[in-house]
Amino acid sequence: MVFSFELFGQALVTGILIGGIFALISVGLSLIWGVMRIINFAHGEFLMIAMYIAYFLVVKGGWDPYLTIFVTAPALFLIGVLIFQSTIRPILKDPSMNQIMLTVGLSLILQNLALVFFKADVLTANTAYTRLNFFLGPVVVRGSQLIAFVGSGLAAFLLYWFLQKTETGRAIRAASINRDAATLVGINVRNTYLLAFGIGSASLGVAASLMIPFYYTSPTVGLFFGLIAYVVVVLGGLGNFPGALVAGLIIGLTESIGASLLPGSLARVLTFGIFIIVLLLRPQGIFGGKQK
Amino acid sequence: MKTPLKNSSTLLALLLLMAFVLPLFAGEYLIHIGVLVLFYAYMAVAWNILGGYAGQHSLGHALFMGIGAYTSTYLFTRLGLTPWIGMWLGGALAGLTGWFVGYLCFRYGLKGPYFALVTIAMAEAAVYLVNNITAVGGAQGLEVAWTGSAPLLMQFDGKSGYYYVILVMSILAVWLSSWLIKRRFGYQLVSVRENEDAAEALGVDTLRVKIQASIISAIMTALGGTFFAQYFTYINPRNVFGEGPSIQILLFAIIGGLGTVWGPVVGALVLVPVAELSRGWLGGSFAGAHILLYGTVLVLVMLFMPNGIVGLYEKLRGKMKSYRSSNQGSEAS
Repeated sequence: MVFSFELFGQALVTGILIGGIFALISVGLSLIWGVMRIINFAHGEFLMIAMYIAYFLVVKGGWDPYLTIFVTAPALFLIGVLIFQSTIRPILKDPSMNQIMLTVGLSLILQNLALVFFKADVLTANTAYTRLNFFLGPVVVRGSQLIAFVGSGLAAFLLYWFLQKTETGRAIRAASINRDAATLVGINVRNTYLLAFGIGSASLGVAASLMIPFYYTSPTVGLFFGLIAYVVVVLGGLGNFPGALVAGLIIGLTESIGASLLPGSLARVLTFGIFIIVLLLRPQGIFGGKQK
Repeated sequence: MKTPLKNSSTLLALLLLMAFVLPLFAGEYLIHIGVLVLFYAYMAVAWNILGGYAGQHSLGHALFMGIGAYTSTYLFTRLGLTPWIGMWLGGALAGLTGWFVGYLCFRYGLKGPYFALVTIAMAEAAVYLVNNITAVGGAQGLEVAWTGSAPLLMQFDGKSGYYYVILVMSILAVWLSSWLIKRRFGYQLVSVRENEDAAEALGVDTLRVKIQASIISAIMTALGGTFFAQYFTYINPRNVFGEGPSIQILLFAIIGGLGTVWGPVVGALVLVPVAELSRGWLGGSFAGAHILLYGTVLVLVMLFMPNGIVGLYEKLRGKMKSYRSSNQGSEAS
């Protein structure tokens, strides 16, 4: 493949825009993982469900894709809360492997329910935003991706502000640092966990609505985004929001620049390579150090 | 201590006899289910040595299955080398990879979820790597050419031949697994699982035994990979390196009973037939019905019997015993 500055510029722009979405998908996982030390292996499948909801509202209901946020986010919050209450809460104190296996089971259920109901078809929503393009010289900026990038930034910032500045946010952070101490100062840790799981899931609703104008949905679409979310969370550091944003951009750029330099889908080997190296050498993330 | 049932060896002999004569009476479909039961039991036993005995849960064991399947199939289709030899070359390559993965992860002290994540990442990286190697068929994968009935090339007319191959492999695997756990090595593995610091303090070279378990488990899994390729006659990166096989390898060990000799076998024996029958009945209208069943059972097992079927059985037996002995005690007084 011939390397050119146009190509590089294109990869740079696409990488940054996609990186923003990666970051938003990951902050929800980071919140859940950071607060209750549970890796939700069904995270990608939650996103997949949200994408189906957004898809059907747009295609069958004729909604504006960005208005679907007002359905997908509350719906995902509700799904998250229900799943937490019925399956996650009873195993909060179990060994980490049982927790992983349970969420793996959830992901199998959700993935194959989608397969049963929606078949294996790859669905794309063709919206007014899908063909909205800007040109920066020779570089194409896809309007839908730009909106997704800005929306992701806003949503992530809102979540960050909520965790840092509000009383409830402080309670969530306190519960994540020390469960027992939080209980001692009068925080209802059980409700805090429930809320964190709900909010972490709701952020995927937002991400799904932002993605639906430019990304397809299928029963297995969550597989890739789930893996990307683990990579970004570990890279950015557990529970570290600004870290997740930077890590999202790094992985977005790795994928897009890698794809322009390497043949086929080899860029993804690079992504997982980075993941493995970070897990081995700096499991606390590239910005970590405070955490043990 | 786990004391075996008084008549457990008779029971075992009876089951073995039944397993050996099954193809004489059963039709092709039933033998096919038998092959699947034995294959998943075999893979779960292999996974259980690292995941169950040593407590290091690999979520990317398909990496080794893929190495085994691809090595023997590549050598068979391109050079005509019989899979009977190819499977051991695949096993050797997988053993080397198992050493590498184990050394990297355990040397850097990865545990629990972090080890699981690295193994997932390695298997996924392998999917994309092999997807891009045209010499082994890329994303299209490899087809095992049918040469007619040729036992020397691990190809049989009908399903009985494959059934006996995987039956013998499973018996050997269970035998190896039960032999290992009774040896010093087995106790060391369990000590690593139960309390690694204490094991280290008692002089167990925890790094070494974990790496050894990784190598043994990897080799066994790769041999199973070769069988998979020969039986289904088609492999591609997703279906041997992917997340699907990774989960199916460990599923039956977890559901049957982690870290026990018979748990993986019991798990496969109970679940695979039900899943296959549901696939047969519902497969046309509900693709994915059998995986849906696996997911549901996995969630239920984690919620209500986290030690699996064998764990539940032992707990019940323990309760019965203490109930009986307390009854006897009251009679005596």
